[in-house]
Amino acid sequence: MATEAHEAAPAWHATGMPQLDITTWANQIFWLAVALVVIFLVLWRVALPRIGAVLAERRGTITNDLAAAEELKQKALAAEKAYNDALAAARAEAGRIVAKAKADIQGDLNAAIAKADAEIAAKTAESEKALAEIRAGAEQAVSAVALDTADAVVSALGGQADPAAVKAAVAAALKG
Amino acid sequence: MTDVAEGAFAIHPMDQFVVKRWFCHDDPATPLINECTQNIHWYDITNVTVWMAVAVLVITLLMVVGSRGRAVIPTRLQSVGEVIYGFIHKMVEDVAGHDGVKYFPFVMTLFLFILFSNLLGLLPKSFTPTSHVAVTVTLALIVFLFVTLLGLARKGIGFLGMFWVSSAPLALRPVLAVIEIISYFVRPVSHSIRLAGNLMAGHAVMKVFAGFASMAVISPVAIGAVSAIYGLELLVAVVQAYVFTILTCVYLKDAVGDAHH
Repeated sequence: MATEAHEAAPAWHATGMPQLDITTWANQIFWLAVALVVIFLVLWRVALPRIGAVLAERRGTITNDLAAAEELKQKALAAEKAYNDALAAARAEAGRIVAKAKADIQGDLNAAIAKADAEIAAKTAESEKALAEIRAGAEQAVSAVALDTADAVVSALGGQADPAAVKAAVAAALKG
Repeated sequence: MTDVAEGAFAIHPMDQFVVKRWFCHDDPATPLINECTQNIHWYDITNVTVWMAVAVLVITLLMVVGSRGRAVIPTRLQSVGEVIYGFIHKMVEDVAGHDGVKYFPFVMTLFLFILFSNLLGLLPKSFTPTSHVAVTVTLALIVFLFVTLLGLARKGIGFLGMFWVSSAPLALRPVLAVIEIISYFVRPVSHSIRLAGNLMAGHAVMKVFAGFASMAVISPVAIGAVSAIYGLELLVAVVQAYVFTILTCVYLKDAVGDAHH
């Protein structure tokens, strides 16, 4: 056998299963126990409570955030509803104001029309009265002219006019 | 030339499982005797000690240093720790029941130790404590004794009721009781051999294929096979940790859960 090869790789090799070499068991079991105790203490006292707390905190945060989001959504819905209500109320108010304004205007209009009608009636009555006076004045003037004309006609014919008879005759003629 | 050819075929898949003292050098005068593997005392610092310590450090790094910030929005390391926490916590709760949750640190210890022993064992030149029956039998016996004592403490003699299958016909019950008792005591055997066997077989197979890689003709195939088996072994490392843990939860249920027979 070449010694060079043996120096590069050891000539010693395991025979059979090293697992069944009971002289190493005590060592393995002892260090296993140490490792398990250390891992257990680290996990039990430090790591697991910490991770558990972080997970719980995260769950809490998510739950709170969801609750807050739900609350904000409700608020948004409430705000929208309030807005719509306000809009509807404003519309109703505007309608009411318009109706009232219309009614007011109608009332004013009616009053003005009534007043105008009354004025027109008064003016009409006045005019009729003036017209009647004018007509009466005209009739009087006609009778005066008729009297004078009758007098003149009677005088021209050489008669002596009896004023009373002439007046009666003219009145009769005017009536006729 | 023949020596080289011999060296090429010298595949020693079991060398990786040898327990040896860490601060120790072979004596070149006696090449056929490895002094570092002789007369190992229980307190000696060996490769077992070192790789278990590495596992402890990695677990501490992941679970303690990772969660140092206690951040509501986690860092990457913190969220890995949280995922493992959530995974095992849910497993304990679902399998062992609500009463089992207080033994969560115990289950988590087993899971993390086995998981990181398995994964660190996949590093080249490393040592895999969980490929040793001494380790896995100890783990399985811890679970077995813990569950048995816990069951007796919580339920008293009623714990033995799980061997008496009250739903079976009366004539069959003694027979079933014998079977149940045997299966109960076989539990730690299957529990431990499954883990050690899987790890040892996988590592040995990888070593064998790696040995073939020194032959130029088949080395591409061998290297491809090693890569593929490495991927498989990563899966096995995680799955075996999971299997060991979930079986622990199943056994724990017998001790803390309601009687289901």
